[in-house]
Amino acid sequence: MAKLAFRDVRKSYGAHEVIHGITTDVDDGEFVVIVGPSGCGKSTLLRMVAGLEEISAGEIVIGDRVVNRLEPKDRDIAMVFQNYALYPHMSVFENMAYGLKIRGFAKDDIKARVDRAAGILELAPLLERRPRQLSGGQRQRVAMGRAIVREPAAFLFDEPLSNLDAKLRVQMRFEIQKMHRQTGTTSLYVTHDQVEAMTLAHRMIVMNAGRAEQIGAPMEVYANPATQFVAGFIGSPAMNFLPGKGAGAGRVALDAGGIVMHASGTVDTGKSVVVGIRPEHLAPCSAADAAITGSVELVEQLGADTLAHVSHGGAMVVARLPGGSMPDVGTTLTLAPDPARVYLFDAATGARIAT
Amino acid sequence: MEKRVVFRSSWLPYALIAPQMAITLVFFFWPASQALWQSMLLQDAFAAKTQFVWFDNFKDLFADPRYLASFRVTAVFSTLVTVLGLTLSLLLAAFADRVVRFGAVYKTLLIWPYAVATAVAAILFVFLLNPTIGVVSLLLHAMGVDWNYLINPTHAMILVVIAAVWKQISYNFLFFLAGLQAIPKSLLEAAAIDGAGPARRFWTIVFPLLSPTTFFLVVVNIVYAFFDTFGIIDASTSGGPVQATTTLVFKVYQDGTQAMDLGSSAAQSVILMAIVVTLTVVQFRFIERKVQY
Repeated sequence: MAKLAFRDVRKSYGAHEVIHGITTDVDDGEFVVIVGPSGCGKSTLLRMVAGLEEISAGEIVIGDRVVNRLEPKDRDIAMVFQNYALYPHMSVFENMAYGLKIRGFAKDDIKARVDRAAGILELAPLLERRPRQLSGGQRQRVAMGRAIVREPAAFLFDEPLSNLDAKLRVQMRFEIQKMHRQTGTTSLYVTHDQVEAMTLAHRMIVMNAGRAEQIGAPMEVYANPATQFVAGFIGSPAMNFLPGKGAGAGRVALDAGGIVMHASGTVDTGKSVVVGIRPEHLAPCSAADAAITGSVELVEQLGADTLAHVSHGGAMVVARLPGGSMPDVGTTLTLAPDPARVYLFDAATGARIAT
Repeated sequence: MEKRVVFRSSWLPYALIAPQMAITLVFFFWPASQALWQSMLLQDAFAAKTQFVWFDNFKDLFADPRYLASFRVTAVFSTLVTVLGLTLSLLLAAFADRVVRFGAVYKTLLIWPYAVATAVAAILFVFLLNPTIGVVSLLLHAMGVDWNYLINPTHAMILVVIAAVWKQISYNFLFFLAGLQAIPKSLLEAAAIDGAGPARRFWTIVFPLLSPTTFFLVVVNIVYAFFDTFGIIDASTSGGPVQATTTLVFKVYQDGTQAMDLGSSAAQSVILMAIVVTLTVVQFRFIERKVQY
């Protein structure tokens, strides 16, 4: 178990820089999720920690050692791959024992460790099977078993659940949480799925185009997104963005019509901004108070709540309404946000405007 | 899912396989049955008198020390060709797989020998290794090695093995390279994180995963060394010196076309046929079961 530290970590291929300086610390036993859209550099960052990609500049520290120049095997980490990367010609037991055998553990010790891991992951009846005889979820558990038997300083997960179906993904998310509770090992977890990030992370690093846009606890990132990108990426359904101009006195006039009241941030009159409103913060109101007025184009009933897609100017605005309400398609809906939960972003830079 | 085509007419399916059947019958079954028949005949060199002798030709063969010697020559030759050919091509494939720049150039160059005709390949090495005019021979003589494959049986064997291996490396290389590229990179990365160095990764991960390819190539190479190397031997050593490079196939040719002992030559062909059948059966049995993983 160990701390991890990134100090201005950069990656470039030739003159082309893909990771532009990441700096953060990961505490001992912390579960940090790196989340971002595909191509944002999150997997590259993880592979740099593992030693599978060279670090172009900056330092990565595991424990108290700078690992830049260390081979993967000397970094005291274990990795779980997206495609599991199980050795197809070895049994489940041999797969988990492989790393221990190479490191010269005694036979009894190997058996004890594998049995313990198999116990945690409920793999005991499968130890003699080959990977091809296992289901996707079982293979994923073997891959995790291979990681935990070594009791490394840190676990690295590279999109471990993206090859699984939706139901299994929920179950494996739970298994990973359980495993982390039992082992308490520092973990770095890469995913493009913001739900995984929200549910698993103690802290998350939201990446976009090679930069860490925001680093923080999931609820903090959700409640206080630093940029328009983070606001749009975290939260499902995604935040609505409506361009507008400052109209003075805590008001923004939307380009598509309507006035939005906001409680935070000051906007100069006439300044171009983007108003961000989460679907769950929109509620029906009287026509006089409405910020958004439009006809209902689509209604999605999810049971617990209902998503109403309302056409506002040229854009669609999504509102999350209580499960019972069922506006008819084609009718006009008048909506207003909670002023305390209206986010303002600089139209030019995407940065949050806050007081 | 198996795809099944149902023909409505009863003769069409037979008509469709008829060309293939005709070729097999004319070019395989007919000559093979002739060889079988011929192997039980005794004929004088001018084909004036022919006598049916049952299995006497076979009995004579297995009593003939020169025939048994050619068995040993074939065993040594095919073992050397298979082992050296596979080892070198696996080595080359492993390196070519790691090459990042100009990879296509290396691969193309390594595949070229396959396009060279067998006899040309043999002559190429004869020119290099000829005791009087060969470039390599000059070097060897300068280093004090008395290189002369025309009189030294070991040297002759070395020459034909080199030529045969060189010719076959391209084929093996292609299959090994394809096999290597089919191994997911993440497996090797996982092994690297597990603590295995490059050599260990090769022997514990890559080599076992290549075993179906290797097994296939072993069979192909043995068959190649047995049969397809005739041209190399004929164009370089002609089986000599003192029969040191007379393989089974070469002896069939020699006894049949030069010694004009057609009965014995046919009997030898039949024995070779039996060996091929055995090899094929072995190959199919193992390929069916494959190497389990």
